[in-house]
Amino acid sequence: MAQPLGPGDARRAALLLTPAYLWLTAAVFLPLSAMLFFSLLSDAPFRGADWRFTLDNYRAFFATDVYATLLWKSLRLGLTVTALCVVIGFPCAWVLAKTIRGRAREALFLLIILPFWSNSLVRVFSWAIVLRGNGALDWLAGLFSSGDVRLGLLFTPTAVVIGLVHSYLPYVILTTYLALQAIDDTLIEAARSMGADRRTIFRRLVLPLSLPGLAAGAVLVFVPVVGSFMEPRILGGRFGAYFGTVIEDQFVAVFNWPLGAALSFILLAVVLAILSAAAPVLRRAQGAAA
Amino acid sequence: MREGGGWLSRLGVAWLWAVLAFLYAPIVVMALMSFNASPFYQLPFAFSTRWYADLWANAEIRAAALRSLVIAATTTAIATALGCAAALALFRYAFRGKALLQALLFPPIAIPWLITGTAMLIFFFGVGLGRGAPAVLIGHVALALPYVVIVVNARLASFDPTLEEAARSLGASPWMVARRVTLPWMAPGVVAGALFAFAVSFDQFVVSYFLARPGDATLPVLIYTSIRKGFTPEINAVSTIVIGVSMAALLAAARFSNFGGRR
Repeated sequence: MAQPLGPGDARRAALLLTPAYLWLTAAVFLPLSAMLFFSLLSDAPFRGADWRFTLDNYRAFFATDVYATLLWKSLRLGLTVTALCVVIGFPCAWVLAKTIRGRAREALFLLIILPFWSNSLVRVFSWAIVLRGNGALDWLAGLFSSGDVRLGLLFTPTAVVIGLVHSYLPYVILTTYLALQAIDDTLIEAARSMGADRRTIFRRLVLPLSLPGLAAGAVLVFVPVVGSFMEPRILGGRFGAYFGTVIEDQFVAVFNWPLGAALSFILLAVVLAILSAAAPVLRRAQGAAA
Repeated sequence: MREGGGWLSRLGVAWLWAVLAFLYAPIVVMALMSFNASPFYQLPFAFSTRWYADLWANAEIRAAALRSLVIAATTTAIATALGCAAALALFRYAFRGKALLQALLFPPIAIPWLITGTAMLIFFFGVGLGRGAPAVLIGHVALALPYVVIVVNARLASFDPTLEEAARSLGASPWMVARRVTLPWMAPGVVAGALFAFAVSFDQFVVSYFLARPGDATLPVLIYTSIRKGFTPEINAVSTIVIGVSMAALLAAARFSNFGGRR
């Protein structure tokens, strides 16, 4: 257990903590500050270029409705993917937590979590192979109907949603599973013995108690989806322009870094607003999991 | 609801299997296609290992694979050392600002990598480091570090400090206590944390994408640029290898950690 600091302990603690936090400062916190600074510049201050402080990059966001439209499109994508993950994931988490027992549960839990930790780029590419014209899905559909089937799903918004749900579904299952597992079975037993039907038990007992886990999962899906750019690029084709891809363009194609920094910062502000709004729920979820 | 409605739980189990099929089917299809002889993914299936042979002959891919492995191994070593030290201090000492230090572990995990990656690019250019393998390595360590601290901390949380007291009262030196009592207890957490760090680095695409120099790419960055040019069975082959390696690392990690699930 943690003990109050003795005389030599302060030095020892500092010695142990400093390298890690110095690294995080140099590689994460200073860069984020640098990005804020950069977003206020008229020009990238490299190779003796002239620059001055300006709010133009933020004005650019409001000057046309291009960026706002794309941000809204990304937020909508986030909501769609999150809703699908919750609807698909909740029953899985329930079955895993309350129906399946013992070693089978361990194995299935691992199977659900394994893809999540493996390479996301490769998983998105695998969907491109499945969805492409004349690909595996078309072939499968052809088995059930006569003639040549062309579903043509690749390079559509649907493909982007499928790829993202595939990427983030395990997150929702994991957090919801942890919350559901913490619900005492005898509580459900008691409610049943007092005459509550299945729907009442779900609405009055299971749902409120699992809500923190569900909400935590939803936030953990929503935030990265709003900032996604690789999935829309690979699966979206010409429908693949989102807020994330516009930011990517500023850094790798257009080379307008100050504008890119401003757009990144606007995205960060949106993300932080969502995270802080969800902070109380996230803390409760953490408490339930611990 | 163990006995709550036989058909309902059967339906639930069927749903779970359907989701598992959804999660694995595309990966299996991709892997199968890497063994299909047709360069245009044409069916029927004809077994061939030519795409793997092509990979082996491709010097660019071999160099990127080696670079990815070296960066992942270095990231693992640095992040594990720094992360274990921090986890030990956070576990052992009570001090002001500890809650803040713990909270600071979450931004690298919670902020979308697109934002972190572009911010790193700006900053590393600003301080004159620029892009390239050192920049990628610094970024990867920062992303892997919080995972190591959290995993090791979770392991330490179940440690009984009276064990250390007992060892001390029996005359063990501080070094002896650390080596024979504390570290063996930490070990599974350290191994799991190291494997997570390896996976975070080896699979990292977004941050590497912004920090790698063209011609100096890691494997995921090379795969991405190849995908943008068009799909080839060669990409399937290298992707199959990549996912095989990361799944193996994670299965190994699962032996030492429970991924946050109580079992």
